Amino acid sequence: MEFSYEVKDSYAEVKADGRLNMVSAPKLREFVTDVIAGGSNRIVVNLENTAFMDSSGLGALIGCLKAARHAGGDLRIAAVQPQVKMVLQLTSMDKVLTAYTSAEEAFSND
Amino acid sequence: MTRFWTRLVVVLTIITGVNYIAWRWLASLNWDAWWIALPLVIAETYSLIDVMLFGMTVWNLKIRKGAPEPPADATVDVFITTYNEDLDMVLTTALAAQKIRHPHSTWILDDGARPELKALAEKHGLGYVTRSEDWTKDLPRHAKAGNLNNALMQTDGEFLLILDADQIPEPDILEKTLGYFNNRRVALVQTPQYFSNVPADDPLGSQAPLFYGPIQQGKDGWNAAFFCGSNAILRREALMQLGLVGYVKETEKSIRRALAASRQAIRQARKSTDMDSPLVAQVLDEVEAATVEAQQELDAGMALSEITYRVRRRVDTAVQTLVQADVEALQSDLEEIAAMELAHVGEAGVPVVADDAVQRMSARDWSPLGALESVQAVLDALSVERNDEAQPVMPLATISVTEDMATAMRMHAMGWQSVYHHEILAYGLAPEDLKTMLTQRLRWAQGTIQVLLRENPLVQKGLKIGQRLMYFATMWTYLSGFAAVIYFAAPIIYLLLGILPVTSLSWDFFIRFIPFMVVNQLLFAVAGRGIPTWRGQQYSLALFPTWIKACTTAARNVWFGRPLGFAVTPKARQSGGPSWSLIQPQIVVSILLAVAAVVGIIRLATGLAEPLGTLVNVAWVIFDLVVMSILVRAVLYKGYEPPAEPADPAPTERKPDGV
Repeated sequence: MEFSYEVKDSYAEVKADGRLNMVSAPKLREFVTDVIAGGSNRIVVNLENTAFMDSSGLGALIGCLKAARHAGGDLRIAAVQPQVKMVLQLTSMDKVLTAYTSAEEAFSND
Repeated sequence: MTRFWTRLVVVLTIITGVNYIAWRWLASLNWDAWWIALPLVIAETYSLIDVMLFGMTVWNLKIRKGAPEPPADATVDVFITTYNEDLDMVLTTALAAQKIRHPHSTWILDDGARPELKALAEKHGLGYVTRSEDWTKDLPRHAKAGNLNNALMQTDGEFLLILDADQIPEPDILEKTLGYFNNRRVALVQTPQYFSNVPADDPLGSQAPLFYGPIQQGKDGWNAAFFCGSNAILRREALMQLGLVGYVKETEKSIRRALAASRQAIRQARKSTDMDSPLVAQVLDEVEAATVEAQQELDAGMALSEITYRVRRRVDTAVQTLVQADVEALQSDLEEIAAMELAHVGEAGVPVVADDAVQRMSARDWSPLGALESVQAVLDALSVERNDEAQPVMPLATISVTEDMATAMRMHAMGWQSVYHHEILAYGLAPEDLKTMLTQRLRWAQGTIQVLLRENPLVQKGLKIGQRLMYFATMWTYLSGFAAVIYFAAPIIYLLLGILPVTSLSWDFFIRFIPFMVVNQLLFAVAGRGIPTWRGQQYSLALFPTWIKACTTAARNVWFGRPLGFAVTPKARQSGGPSWSLIQPQIVVSILLAVAAVVGIIRLATGLAEPLGTLVNVAWVIFDLVVMSILVRAVLYKGYEPPAEPADPAPTERKPDGV
């Protein structure tokens, strides 16, 4: 699993490439917390290259959402792959996290 | 009466052979030249053992009087195996198979899954089988054995007639053979493989009259006649039993292996993951406890399905606990977010993750345990589903590229009987060029050596001593390449350097060697009863590079898991001119032999060598060159041309039961 981020005009884009699972989930949490601490509270997690997510990965994503909201911002997800989409639907988390088609679109209307 | 003479000659061969070889070891070795003396005496000992095994084979020669009436209601599936052969050829064979008189179903087993062949099969009302969807890309296909195993699962005949795509059967092939199965212990009836596209002088040594004759008949006498891949009838029940026994054995083996690996895997997982999550540590503890328990249960002899089921249940529960904890943490995060009232959390408040979602997230493919790959691998291996194979039950052995011999040996080890029916009942096509022929011989030799190394017949439980030696005899002959090299080297060394591997070529030598040689040839003549055996003798020496390559590649394959470089024997003639490059080693050896003979004669003329040694060794060279000369004809052979007046060979070649 590889993480990277890039600060854009109105948000910070976090990329999580690989499998978001029990082993890598805590690392995502840490990474996003650091990005927020760096001053960005509007986060888009680009899941374009995230082929797989398990319950720990999902938990980490919600944990990151909480952290962003705490910081007065928001966390959104983009470019969701099929398996991840199934996990979101199955757990009803798609009601909490809207999956945007691209990172640019995520914060385009506010 | 012939049996008496055969046995007499066998006894004489053994007496003269042991007499000669014992003298060679005890009194003749030239220790000053041990580097050639020792290899030569070892090669000669090899040959003595070879001829003794042959003698043992023909000792019990069984001439059968034909099978009794077959039961009219015996159900039979005729399998025609094909991969990439010419469609016309496959169809010709299939249509001939359709005309077999005993009621049966004919199936084309098309490993090439060719739509054109499927259409042809449908048009002619022939069954058509391809690999089922279980044979996914990542699983081993096992070539012809896999093709047959696949078809066995899709058909239901009590007996199976197996035919290669080129083996055109006679209409009475089943009537002549099924009756043997009236004996409930008979699992296999093998008939000869005969080739209709081979000229009388057989330049490529395609016909194997000695093998499909005295050798198989002799093995039959020891209840060790074996399956040769085609033109044979098998009892489904025996094959299935073999598959089931193999399945249980393989499963237990893989479970033991998995348990042995589990400790290491769990230790590594503990080390590599951040153990800040007590839940993960807990799951690992639970997995470890489950594997320890499984080991105890296995040692206590509990059923494999029970053991693996319990491990899985235990691990599943642990994984579910883990997922449930993730979900609970997530839920409390969501509630916190809602409580902050910083933004809405969905329209209908905090969504609740349903129980079936937890179940789904705990399943094998989405399980968090998947992150610990080595642990997951251990757990996957703790199964009775045999996930590393397309189908759990593999009736035909897959340990060798010659699945036929391996399968027959396992049948014999389980107490089944086999029959060799000595009557040509199918006509096939032999390779028509040297390259194809060499590929085929290499494959046979590789497969045989694979069986020797994986399931050495000498130590297989269930085989009788005679059966062990009969299988071993066939394997032993494939080691001849090494002996051949020494037989070529010894005269070259003497003629060039004057070094003799024996202390002296004296009366002592000739009085022991000549009787052995004479009786040895007599044995082949008596046992063969007029069958031409010279071609076979030539090729067993002349193809020494092929035999050696087979041994080395098979050993590398079995011991180090390296690929064999397996190739399907093409049934069509390969194009191109004479290919001398195929026999490069033999050309080099022949030139060396010829040069050595000339040098030897010069040395004799100049008084550097003694006459008797030179004479013997020049004679030896001439013998070697005559042996090798067959390769020249093989390279120049342009393929089969039917005789001008086409005479149907069938009536003369078909001998009614026995010789």
